[in-house]
Amino acid sequence: MIVTAQAINFIAALLLLVAFAMLSQRRIRALVNLFAVQGVLLTASTLLTASGTGQTHLYYSAALTLILKVFVLPLILHRLVRRLQLTGDVEMLINTATTMLVGIVLVIVAFNLALPISEFAGTITRGTLGIALACVLLAFLMMITRRKAVAQVIGFLSMENGLFFAATSITYGMPMVVELGIGLDVLVGTFVFGVFFFRIRETFDSLDIHHLERLRER
Amino acid sequence: MLGIVSFWLALGVLGLSLGRERDGVRLLYPASAIASGLVAWIAGHALFLPPASLVLPLGLPGLPFHLRLDSLSAFFLFVLGLATTGVSLFATGYFRTGATASPGLTFLQYHVFIAAMALVMLADDAYLFMVAWETMAVSSYFLVTSDHRHEAIRGAGFLYLVVAHVGAITLLLCFGVLQGFAGSYAFDAVRGVAIPPVWASVAFALALAGFGAKAGFLPLHAWLPEAHPAAPSPVSALMSGVMLKTAIYGLLRVSLDLLHTPSVAWGVSALGIGLVTALFGVMFAAVQTDMKRLLAYSSIENIGIVLAGIGLAIVFHAYGMHALAALALLAALYHCLNHAIFKSLLFVSTGAVMHATAQRSLGRLGGLIHRMPWVAWTALVGTLSIAGLPPLNGFVSEWLLLQAFLLSPELPNSYLRMLVPVATAALVLAAAFAGYVMVKFFGVVFLGQPREPSLQDAHDADRWQRAGMLFLAAWCVVLGVLPVFALRALDTVTAFLLGTGLGDALSGDWLFVTPATAERASYSPMLFLAVIVGALAAVYLFVRVRYRMRTRRGAAWDCGFPAQTPRMQDTAEGFGQPIKQIFEPFFRIERSMPDPFDTAPRYWSRTEDRLWYGLYLPVGRAVRWLSALVARLQHGRIQWYLIYSFVTLLALLVLIRV
Repeated sequence: MIVTAQAINFIAALLLLVAFAMLSQRRIRALVNLFAVQGVLLTASTLLTASGTGQTHLYYSAALTLILKVFVLPLILHRLVRRLQLTGDVEMLINTATTMLVGIVLVIVAFNLALPISEFAGTITRGTLGIALACVLLAFLMMITRRKAVAQVIGFLSMENGLFFAATSITYGMPMVVELGIGLDVLVGTFVFGVFFFRIRETFDSLDIHHLERLRER
Repeated sequence: MLGIVSFWLALGVLGLSLGRERDGVRLLYPASAIASGLVAWIAGHALFLPPASLVLPLGLPGLPFHLRLDSLSAFFLFVLGLATTGVSLFATGYFRTGATASPGLTFLQYHVFIAAMALVMLADDAYLFMVAWETMAVSSYFLVTSDHRHEAIRGAGFLYLVVAHVGAITLLLCFGVLQGFAGSYAFDAVRGVAIPPVWASVAFALALAGFGAKAGFLPLHAWLPEAHPAAPSPVSALMSGVMLKTAIYGLLRVSLDLLHTPSVAWGVSALGIGLVTALFGVMFAAVQTDMKRLLAYSSIENIGIVLAGIGLAIVFHAYGMHALAALALLAALYHCLNHAIFKSLLFVSTGAVMHATAQRSLGRLGGLIHRMPWVAWTALVGTLSIAGLPPLNGFVSEWLLLQAFLLSPELPNSYLRMLVPVATAALVLAAAFAGYVMVKFFGVVFLGQPREPSLQDAHDADRWQRAGMLFLAAWCVVLGVLPVFALRALDTVTAFLLGTGLGDALSGDWLFVTPATAERASYSPMLFLAVIVGALAAVYLFVRVRYRMRTRRGAAWDCGFPAQTPRMQDTAEGFGQPIKQIFEPFFRIERSMPDPFDTAPRYWSRTEDRLWYGLYLPVGRAVRWLSALVARLQHGRIQWYLIYSFVTLLALLVLIRV
């Protein structure tokens, strides 16, 4: 039991590390790969929680995570990047060092916020709530600091990862129906985003989102 | 009744399917007029029947539409039926040519409008009421802007829409208050509960504001003189004649039927607002130079008088003086009916004049009685009624209302006793001004000499238009000459609303209207008519015998001065000048005086509403300023939007933590 909890904590630490890596990564393809790694870690932690607590439905959600977040979504994203010929660096609005510092502050805030909640939770994984929250906030920060629309979608998906992790760590996962629903939403959302990217590029000849400013009402 | 409402809607759709075939659509209007006549007939019978209700399997799940036909709704449906019969007959001729939009579309909107008004009166739950109310507002908006190519008309329509929605929001809040205590939107449930006085007053104030926006009570009147002239004339007639009455209906429904515990304060506030509105409306009517605007301001005045009557009825009712309350309410209701008829008549007659001359400015009309005798004589009946002259219907209702005011020294509150003479004086002043305004309207349009050469080719109204106008004029006369029968029918409504009607006072002789006691005051229109006809016949005979018809025809109003031109006649502007001078502080007047040495002098003056500058424009500026502040948040940068949500998320999390 203790070994399982230790292992989950270790995986949580790795998740946080990956989140920071995503925050500092400039290349889109590497970003997609990091997203896949996050999916692998999530699957592992869910499996460990399932075996540690005997919650059988967590096996299903682990399987779902594996299929969706490790294989399907990264494949779609890779295809998208190839079709859109997005190679090279992603421009950032703020330089990496500052972003990392802000990220550290966010992690502290997240831990601080999670403290009283995790005290109430009776799960073996309760210590990881702070990390889950930190993952959500860091993904959000990534969405804010990136210029290219694809990076924002990856940030959005990774935010969902963080939420999923929070759910497993605090209540052993959401009901199956909700999880299936969210999984489907993410999949459909990615397709919609994909279509949007092609439209945006057709209209503005670029995926740089500051062109979208022109769309506002004068 | 429901069948007719659906018949109207079906007719509207049929009209739309005919689309642009003008003649095809036109012939559907008489069918609609027959349906309106049926509505009036059924409603006239329903006045005397016990309330009948019906639940429709329509609407939201768990919230079906409730319908109910009681005396109050029957009376207003009667008003609707009578006015629309005349107006639809007229519309057959009116929409013959000229209207810009597709005639089928106009036809559909017209019928949706009528059907929505009927549903407002039939609704027995707040949900259906609001649905019908909004349908009415939106369909009338489209009718107002049917000539949407003009900038001014679009502006008028927008103003109307804004005020209508502000009113609808307050009504929604009012029904929300009622629902909060009753636990259900059905009016039956609301009737059954006792609402604490404070909340009842809140509901009444909201209802007064919400219905006031539709009826044009001060200071929510600004849309009325803009929207009514913009609409095609039959639509103006319906808006002024019937739609304003739906607001009165709603006010009566909420204040006397649903809340059924009126307080003196409600009555006094309604009385005050009503009198101020009446005076304001008539003063502005006196200085208008556009005939439809003049009539629109006159509508404001009449609605003010009705509201004053309702206010007085509430005061009496709150003090338990039931007979007097019934008298005041009876007068207000009768005035509603009369106003619906004579204002529809006047609006359609301006429609006929505009059709024939393409002019609406009073300064370019005149002498039309020779060219358009049908329109002129029917309009004369309407003007005499609205001016409150016996033996026509306007006199009866205003006289009854004055009787109610004159009986109010019996009130137990000494302050009110002191205020009532002032109120009476204000009412009399408004009535006298109404006469003045109508002399101006009729005199400038129909009498004298034509002010423009093109008026010589004006043609009279066609058959259908004549039929519509004659129908309305006939009702003016009937309601004026035989008021006792109408009042007996109306007494069922007062009995329904107040618990006691006037009862015995009306059961006497059908020749005399005696509101209180015969010693105090009574009125017999038949005698009046007999005296007038007798005097007229005597003068005619005398002239005929004495002068043997040696008549000499000269130019109209030349007063013996041979070199008179049409431009030397008294104008609308000139006629309103005394009012403008005396009540100058109430208006916002801009004048441009010509220089004494100018060889081509021009004079113009513009009279505007102080409230527009004092209330509407500041509110508009405040809204624009606030929305500019909000617009600063919208700079289109996704990063910023993300930061907004990020900060909100953090703030919420911290809030939970604390």
